Amino acid sequence: MDPLDRLRGPVPPRPHDARAIAALAANPGCARRAVLDAAGIDKDATATHLGFPAPFGQSPFAITRGNAFEALVKESGCAELLRMLRELLGLPIAQAAYTDLGDVGGNPSAHLRHSHTRGLLDRAARDRDDAGTLYDHPLLRLEIAGQSAYLEPDVVAFQLGGRFHIIEIKSFAVVDGQAEPDKVAAAARQAAVYVLALRNMLQELGHDPGRVSHEVVLVCPENFANRPAATLVDVRRQLAVLRRQLARMTRVGSIVDALPPGLTFDLARDADGAPTRPVAELREAVRGVGARYAPDCLSTCDLCLFCRDEAAAEGSTDLLGRQVRDALGGVATVPEALGLADGSLPPGEGQEEIARLLRLADRIYAEVS
Amino acid sequence: MSTLAALARLRALRDGTAQRLATVRHVHLSERPMVLIPLRLAGEAAAPLAVMAGTDPAHPRLLVVPQPRDRDLRFAFAAELAELLLPYIESLQKDTETVERRGAEPYERCVDAPQLIVPNRGAAAFVQLLGRSTRFRRAEGPYAVHASVPLLGRWLTFLAQRGRHPGSSLMPAATEALSLHWATGQSALEDANLASLIGWIDPPPGMTGAAAARQAEDPLIWPPAGPASDPGFDAEVLAPAIRAYEETRTEHAEARVREAVRSQLEPTWRLMWRAVGLLAALPAGPGCAGRWEADRAAFTSFAAQLAEGAPPQPRRDGAVGAASRLARMERAQASYDAQRAYDDPLVMAGYRLTGEAFTGTVAHADPERTEGEGRGRKLRPLVTVRTTDPVRLAPGTRLGTPERRGQQAELVAIDGEHVTLKIVKGMGRGMAATPGAVPGVGERVCYAALLDDFQPPAALPPPEETPWTHGGPPPEYEPPSDEEPDEEWS
Repeated sequence: MDPLDRLRGPVPPRPHDARAIAALAANPGCARRAVLDAAGIDKDATATHLGFPAPFGQSPFAITRGNAFEALVKESGCAELLRMLRELLGLPIAQAAYTDLGDVGGNPSAHLRHSHTRGLLDRAARDRDDAGTLYDHPLLRLEIAGQSAYLEPDVVAFQLGGRFHIIEIKSFAVVDGQAEPDKVAAAARQAAVYVLALRNMLQELGHDPGRVSHEVVLVCPENFANRPAATLVDVRRQLAVLRRQLARMTRVGSIVDALPPGLTFDLARDADGAPTRPVAELREAVRGVGARYAPDCLSTCDLCLFCRDEAAAEGSTDLLGRQVRDALGGVATVPEALGLADGSLPPGEGQEEIARLLRLADRIYAEVS
Repeated sequence: MSTLAALARLRALRDGTAQRLATVRHVHLSERPMVLIPLRLAGEAAAPLAVMAGTDPAHPRLLVVPQPRDRDLRFAFAAELAELLLPYIESLQKDTETVERRGAEPYERCVDAPQLIVPNRGAAAFVQLLGRSTRFRRAEGPYAVHASVPLLGRWLTFLAQRGRHPGSSLMPAATEALSLHWATGQSALEDANLASLIGWIDPPPGMTGAAAARQAEDPLIWPPAGPASDPGFDAEVLAPAIRAYEETRTEHAEARVREAVRSQLEPTWRLMWRAVGLLAALPAGPGCAGRWEADRAAFTSFAAQLAEGAPPQPRRDGAVGAASRLARMERAQASYDAQRAYDDPLVMAGYRLTGEAFTGTVAHADPERTEGEGRGRKLRPLVTVRTTDPVRLAPGTRLGTPERRGQQAELVAIDGEHVTLKIVKGMGRGMAATPGAVPGVGERVCYAALLDDFQPPAALPPPEETPWTHGGPPPEYEPPSDEEPDEEWS
């Protein structure tokens, strides 16, 4: 039995989406997240069963708005999208072909849909036909730690003159040319995942991966109207980060090999799907894989509250955030840092400098407050 | 983050209660501040859902948009908000004082200014967005709105922009103001949650700050302070209420939305006034009054611009406007940093830790020392301070001191624990130092490489002479034409 299947138990693996992959890249040092994700474990259900449900959700208003905006952009064969692309890329194309890759008939498997995308894009890459083509609902694949993740850009690959662009449709507004930086950053990270997947696919097919542009087209509503506007976003930096993190992820195999043989995160669901695994047992299992908690996890990882609780119990300085940890020169626990500060703990090797600074801070703090 | 602030967080975690990061208050508190809590509809750019606002803790005003996607309802809401906010702002323009200036005409300055306290940075950004979406509207033509709406937009824009000016207290965010004065045992990210921040600072009796902060994270007990509402509330309460309103458009349905929103805002309303109370309990730092004076001057001058019929603030600053804004903000930041350190030994402590400041006792003083010959002879007293602080300053660095504002010294040499300084400014004219101007042996003194002296404004060309390298002169303001309503608020 595959060790990852054993970790997950007898349920199908949860598919990765680009958002999850992008979040994965945000905290690459966390073995717990790497293992759980590689095994396709439902982290949300795990966290809930542990008594620490994820603290975030998406408002139905945001979902409705996102879907409505995407529908608007893609209306009548992406007519609106084509208008913007013509302006943005300065293309003299009167019309473009529209191919819906989601249309394979019936209820096809991801594998089948991916082969279909692959076949069509292969032909497109071979053709070097100058007519623009929009490919809606493509299904891409990315190898993550030895697992295939199927990715569906909510979005489209646009091919023109032999070059492909990833198009990302987002419903946050761009007001006077500016949008919320964290939202743009998240969109760029997500688009980078698609660029990478598409490049890998072209490479496998024997084409030049450089034919997928590192400039993605971000489509957002402009100002306060519903009218979409397109901008080019350079994702080279995000691509580099992603590649590096994914390369690290391949090492998940060695983490898994080091785990105790009987370890499983199986929730032992009964016939109705309710988890029956004793919570204490599951807790021990999850704690068997080391986590690296950071406050940023609170907005990206389902298990964050569990890990935060664990970090608090261990007195880890991770709890206070990276800035504090940096200021403490990497001293791992709160009692240790406090001990260095009041002098009750002699500094270990390499800790002389931070200990001196903490003692000074302690002295000055006592003097002025 | 300084080691001092990091240590304060560690202690907060150990003791289960927030630790002071300041001995005095660095934010001005108006006698009659207005608390304003905006909520937006999730997923929309600038669809206000509600605002709870007012100057009386016992009587909050609640304005609600029962269907935030409806454009007419939004503008009706903006007009209502204007009715609430503009009288408050206008009441503060009445009383003025005459300010005499050296070498310039005296001018009139309002004796007080509005202070809008919002829960967090997100709320401040949303206020700015509301300002942006209303200030270009017009009271006539198609898509006409109530005349007060564009005026509201300009004021909101002014307050939000000024709120980002270092040291300004016209529109402080409660979480930021509190974080400036207290360190909690959680991360800065979690401090953005007002309820949990206040939990650390002022836990209910019999509860640790840590426990109160954890409890504060439950959106059922403490709904988020906005501008986004809790997704669970959106799904279970708000969405059905809005749908019912959409279907029936009755008063009853409107009241249902209203009460739902009220349940989300009332806990935050109480928290906001607790935040005001916590800040008010700190003694005001000496620099607050001067910075508030600058706020009052900015308020007066903006009110005058409006009265003269100036066009709405541009969407984006032109090249000259942007450069001068940046220069102003940089100077304000330097001056704000220096003032806070001079006003507060705990803030100064951060600079002592990094070696940019030091405290010690005077070991030797030569108040009558002079330099130069003949007519060029100048009084340059020498002072040697003994300190155990790790001083990291180069000879020749200009230093200021909180004990004698306006005085400046130059670092001469560091020899072990002895730092020798030369006083170069502010010790009196002539060949003898003013009595008391030079610290005496045994006196405890503090010197810092922080100066809060006048810096001339950046030399920039007038906007109409913007060079072509910077895009040339910005276009004149033209109101949006009737045929093409530039943008809808939909």
